[in-house]
Amino acid sequence: MTTTITKPPADAAPEPPDSGRRRRGPKAARAGGQHHAGPLAYVLLIAFTVVSIFPLFWTAVAASRDNARLAETPPPFWFGANLFDKIEVAWKDANLGEAFLNTTIVAGVSSLTIVFLSTVAGFAFAKLKFKGRGALMLIVIGTMMVPPQLQVIPLYMMVAKLDWTDQLQAVILPSLVSAFGVFFMRQYLLQALPDEIIEAARVDGASSWRVVWHVVFPAARPAMAVLGMLMFVQTWNDFLWPFLVLTQLGNPTVQVAVAGLGRGYTPDQALIMAGALLSTLPLLLVFAIFGKQIVGGIMQGAVKG
Amino acid sequence: MPTRHDAAAPPVKGGAAPARPPAESATEERRRARLSRRWQRDVRWSPYAFVSPFFLLFVAFGLFPLLYTGWASLHAVELTAPTDMDWVGLRNFTRIFDDEFFWNAAKNTLIIGIISTVPQLLMALGIAHILNYKLRASTFYRVIMLAPYATSIAAATLVFVLLFGRDYGMINWFLGLFGIDQIDWQNGTWYSKIAVSTIVIWRWTGYNALIYLAAMQAIPQDLYESAALDGASRWRQFLHVTLPSLRPTILFTCVVSTIGASQLFAEPLLFDANKGASGGSQHQFQTLGLYLYEQGWVNQHLGRASAIAWTMFLILIVVGIINYVISRRLRASS
Repeated sequence: MTTTITKPPADAAPEPPDSGRRRRGPKAARAGGQHHAGPLAYVLLIAFTVVSIFPLFWTAVAASRDNARLAETPPPFWFGANLFDKIEVAWKDANLGEAFLNTTIVAGVSSLTIVFLSTVAGFAFAKLKFKGRGALMLIVIGTMMVPPQLQVIPLYMMVAKLDWTDQLQAVILPSLVSAFGVFFMRQYLLQALPDEIIEAARVDGASSWRVVWHVVFPAARPAMAVLGMLMFVQTWNDFLWPFLVLTQLGNPTVQVAVAGLGRGYTPDQALIMAGALLSTLPLLLVFAIFGKQIVGGIMQGAVKG
Repeated sequence: MPTRHDAAAPPVKGGAAPARPPAESATEERRRARLSRRWQRDVRWSPYAFVSPFFLLFVAFGLFPLLYTGWASLHAVELTAPTDMDWVGLRNFTRIFDDEFFWNAAKNTLIIGIISTVPQLLMALGIAHILNYKLRASTFYRVIMLAPYATSIAAATLVFVLLFGRDYGMINWFLGLFGIDQIDWQNGTWYSKIAVSTIVIWRWTGYNALIYLAAMQAIPQDLYESAALDGASRWRQFLHVTLPSLRPTILFTCVVSTIGASQLFAEPLLFDANKGASGGSQHQFQTLGLYLYEQGWVNQHLGRASAIAWTMFLILIVVGIINYVISRRLRASS
């Protein structure tokens, strides 16, 4: 279990994920393997793409219909007239305005903090020499193994004791660190930040903190952006813990609010779909804009796994 | 994060510093010594300062809860009064052994884990292989296949509930075109597990495919070239070059998927919104994660829930050790 994780191949240092445009040429050539894809490969790929995207597309289709139409066969494959009405009702019913604001705060604060702390810690692990560095890094990786179910009960007790139920800090505080983030930034900085630059800054008399601020942060910016997006997606979609400490009517995150839409004996299916669509729309937007960078980031993080 | 502005830069070069009169050289010396001490302190201690926030937060929100769950598992604790803890020793653990619902949930978790992980990783491998060809618009496919990963569990589960509907769901309609009778995806013992697994597979296949693709791209090209020179077909190249090179990555995804499968919670919770934590009318898709929630938050026995959590953790460790041993064996045999 640990071998695969604790022994990242030394030669598999990540490529800097940025400068996608300039790098496309050589990258594509390398990515291409030795053969051109045949027609069968394209058919399979397109089939897979359709399966990947269809449930999302159909969420929007279903949101634009009503229960009566959704109870007919064949099911609708194209948009009806109700989309904006349903979105409006879902927005109000599920308390989505507040939920969006809450989730943005939670995901924003968490991902910014994670990126900051991970970059600084990753820099220390990658480029500074100190006693216990190897052992501490092993602990960081080990913490990735602890399942969240083992944490929720005491955390819930703490939250109950502090009377933080339905308050955002109950969700934010436990999500402020990510072992993955530390690992990710370490791998990036090992390779992307030449030792000479740090030494040059040292010779100029920069303190460690100044090195972080003026050398590490600028060098790490592309990886920080990718990590930030990954963490934003992760905290945005976090379900178990927010579901336990926040209630739908109290101070929900989007996931908690939308999960509550499905209850009742004759639920309005179109309404549920409208809520589901809304809850995931901001992330799809992020992916539409930064998809390429995120793909690069995930692929980089992968090889070291 | 303690800032280190106090640890001012020692004037090693001093080029820009104004020339000091010789009379001040003694104080200058002392100043230099002080700065140099500061400098050493900075180099020595700031690495710890940089990594300490991670560890402090981890101790507070990771390690402490882990241990405290163990402590709570030895007590009877009610959800409504989490601070009243009555010592019960190992009773929460011993009752697990006679608890049919626990074993049912364990069995469901295992089955759903297998039927969601195995096809998912195999498909991901195949897709990664295709993506590794020279392709037109390769970035486009990669971004699209990450869309499910970006979809929240709640949104994905809710739409699949509708697609898997017994009477009007699109999947049954589609199967009906081939003469297959309506399937009760929510109440069938196996069908419900397949349906829940489908949600997991849908969300994670593309992500894993990208991870495999990244590993494939790291395989040196000349390995393929020499295999081709030896007359190996593409399929043999895949078997004898690609797969062995991917072994660490495959093991890694197996570990991550195993951990993910053992924690499955939101999908089965939302798959039948009105049954909630029971995981279907016959508990047919209640996972351990869901059972833990039911014991802790529906039945309000936090002590029992803690015991379940620790049992899950121990099972995971055992699985991890088995995984490790197998990977050692595989490595030794190759």
